[in-house]
Amino acid sequence: MPHKTFFAFILPSLIAMVLFIALPIVSVVVQSLYVSHEQVMVEVENCQPFGGCSKELRVDTEATAALREEQPLGRFNGLATYVNRAHLATDELGAILASDRDLGTKMAQILNLPFYKALIFTLVYCFVVTPLAMALGFAIALAVNALPKVTKGPIIFFSLLPMIITPLIGSLILYWMLSPNGILGATIQHIFNDPTLSLRASPALTWGALLTYGVWTNAPFSFVVFYAGLQTVPGDTLESAMIDGASRWERIRYVIIPHLAPLATFVALVQLMDNFRVFEPIVGFSAEANATSLSWLIYNDLSGDSQQFGSAGATSVLTILGVVILLSPVLIRTWREFKHKAV
Amino acid sequence: MKPILTLAVSAIALALGTGAAMADCGIEAGSVRILSNDFEALRTINATAEECASGAVTVTANATAEHKNIQVPALTINPAEYSVAVVANNSIVPLLNDDLIRPLDDLVAKYGQNLQPSQLVKIDGKIMAVAFMGNGQHMFYRKDILEKAGVQPPTSYDDVLAAAAAIKAAGLMEHPLAASVKPGWDLAAEFVNSYLGTGAEFFASGSAELTIDNDNGREVLRVMRDMIAYMDPDYLTFDANEIQKEYEAGNVAIMNEWGSLGGAILDSEGAVDGVVENTVLAAAPTIGGGSIPAAALWWDGFTIAKNISDEDAAASFQAMVHGISPEMMMAHKDQATWLIAGFEPGPAAVGVIANANGGARAYPMQPYMGLLHTALSTELAEYVAGSEDAEQALADVKAAYDTAAREAGFLQ
Repeated sequence: MPHKTFFAFILPSLIAMVLFIALPIVSVVVQSLYVSHEQVMVEVENCQPFGGCSKELRVDTEATAALREEQPLGRFNGLATYVNRAHLATDELGAILASDRDLGTKMAQILNLPFYKALIFTLVYCFVVTPLAMALGFAIALAVNALPKVTKGPIIFFSLLPMIITPLIGSLILYWMLSPNGILGATIQHIFNDPTLSLRASPALTWGALLTYGVWTNAPFSFVVFYAGLQTVPGDTLESAMIDGASRWERIRYVIIPHLAPLATFVALVQLMDNFRVFEPIVGFSAEANATSLSWLIYNDLSGDSQQFGSAGATSVLTILGVVILLSPVLIRTWREFKHKAV
Repeated sequence: MKPILTLAVSAIALALGTGAAMADCGIEAGSVRILSNDFEALRTINATAEECASGAVTVTANATAEHKNIQVPALTINPAEYSVAVVANNSIVPLLNDDLIRPLDDLVAKYGQNLQPSQLVKIDGKIMAVAFMGNGQHMFYRKDILEKAGVQPPTSYDDVLAAAAAIKAAGLMEHPLAASVKPGWDLAAEFVNSYLGTGAEFFASGSAELTIDNDNGREVLRVMRDMIAYMDPDYLTFDANEIQKEYEAGNVAIMNEWGSLGGAILDSEGAVDGVVENTVLAAAPTIGGGSIPAAALWWDGFTIAKNISDEDAAASFQAMVHGISPEMMMAHKDQATWLIAGFEPGPAAVGVIANANGGARAYPMQPYMGLLHTALSTELAEYVAGSEDAEQALADVKAAYDTAAREAGFLQ
């Protein structure tokens, strides 16, 4: 295809990508370098229905408006937002590492910082859920592929349900089922014969529930892709493997898995990216006390009684960097393979 | 036959009601657009204000729990998306900080004859909001359970803890206490309530410097943790709506709950036998030897946007005055603790009135209080979950607040 035709062909999507992906990211990066103006405060008398009148500080709106007129973006803060306690916390981290406490205490202190507390859960979620969901999806794909034709349709639909359900609703359903009055929660209490056992009470059990939910909701995507891939496995190779006396397991191990390996890379890439943005289950499971994620930090900055755009911007940029770092090994490998093939 | 008759009667009543809904609010023309939180009392006010609609006057209302997130951007544009923002002590602050609402002195003088002086919220001498209801968290307890356990109704947190121990020892309930300590807004509100009860200030006088890292702060956290020992193990997931359900299910003997939910708890729906008739509403307990109820007092009121025409502002003010008229209040006495002229507290309003009479303090309106509330909402989570001590929790709150307040320009 001539370059000109190719360019004309992708121009519409290029424009859309610049408008809806590149520019917003640039705007977030710029935002993250600024913080609010210094607030000009005045002491005034306030009266309200309870407590009568009292002298309190107020923001001097006229003076603040003048400041805002001068510098619409706010005060330039450089990378200071990135290294403050709410984000990378370099000062606090340095102090903790320099102290002569034992490793366990140091670890606990680092995980007490909001960013690292969120990061550790985000990473655990990524690296536990991604492989387990892929394995489960692959197993379902193999099982469905072996079914007689009439039953395939309904079973495929049933297997896709977790993906169709909105994540927040899906996590709420599981959360209610796991409550002590719910069917799963009550069953677990019955099995362990412990009426006070509650999945919502301990950090470990909450993490377990969140990870289980993650596998449940992510498996269908792997299933769909692997099931499509299974349709392309060459029948001749499979037949000759059978003639050579390969068992079902050996056929999967030596024929199907190598054939699907490039697909697995693709699935891993997409799933890692998705799982790094884990958010809905934390809200759905009311798990904020025991587990937070980077996306949850952004949400927390932007909702509630005060909105901190600079802080949310910095966490967003750090999330993007996290995704890039996470994907780089896979991307580099794909790039090498691509170059290898091209040569 | 009878249900059909009832149906017919109510259908006729409804038809008549719709006919009578065209109230004369004295508005000539204009557009009224209300943004409010979403609970029963506010929906009633919105519906009453909507009666002012006529050929030349349009009235629309958006009642949503997301109002706090919407209000600043919606009132910043010109003309503003909403002409009326219904706010409380805390949600008026962002509007004041950004100068998005107008002084109401001239409108009050012209159309506000029915308002009481105590309803007017004045900032720097100017009326910025008109309050119409009070709210707050206070104690609900079961007198039958307390009698069986042989304890007097508690008035302080020490009494509450002693009562809980007695109830548990008597085998009446496994988890007699409940409070909305779900990490997030609810947990922070619990801390603010108790800290206000100690009589101490959150900030150093005349600055945004946080001063909760003291004996009062530690006492509040100690009480919180002692209470948790008597709560359901799922307490970390309990917000105000959840503890209402637990209470109505008969699982709880003493709880701190919002006064605005009093009506829903005392009605005949949703509760198991024995709960409603034995429920007593009382002031919040005192804390640390203090003498005032440990709870924040809240008001809900309306404000008028700055970025709208004077005609719309006048129309909006008149429609809202109609919305909070004494007639509306008389028809919906039990929905709230009204601040409107002529209100006589019903059974559901007893708790909030007891808080106010006991000298409870108002939720602080400092411009940086929201930052503290957010810092409390996340940094106390580990403390109530039991994985952190009080010293560390207070230090974390201070560190998180300082970071946020510096970014917001309140601290150097």
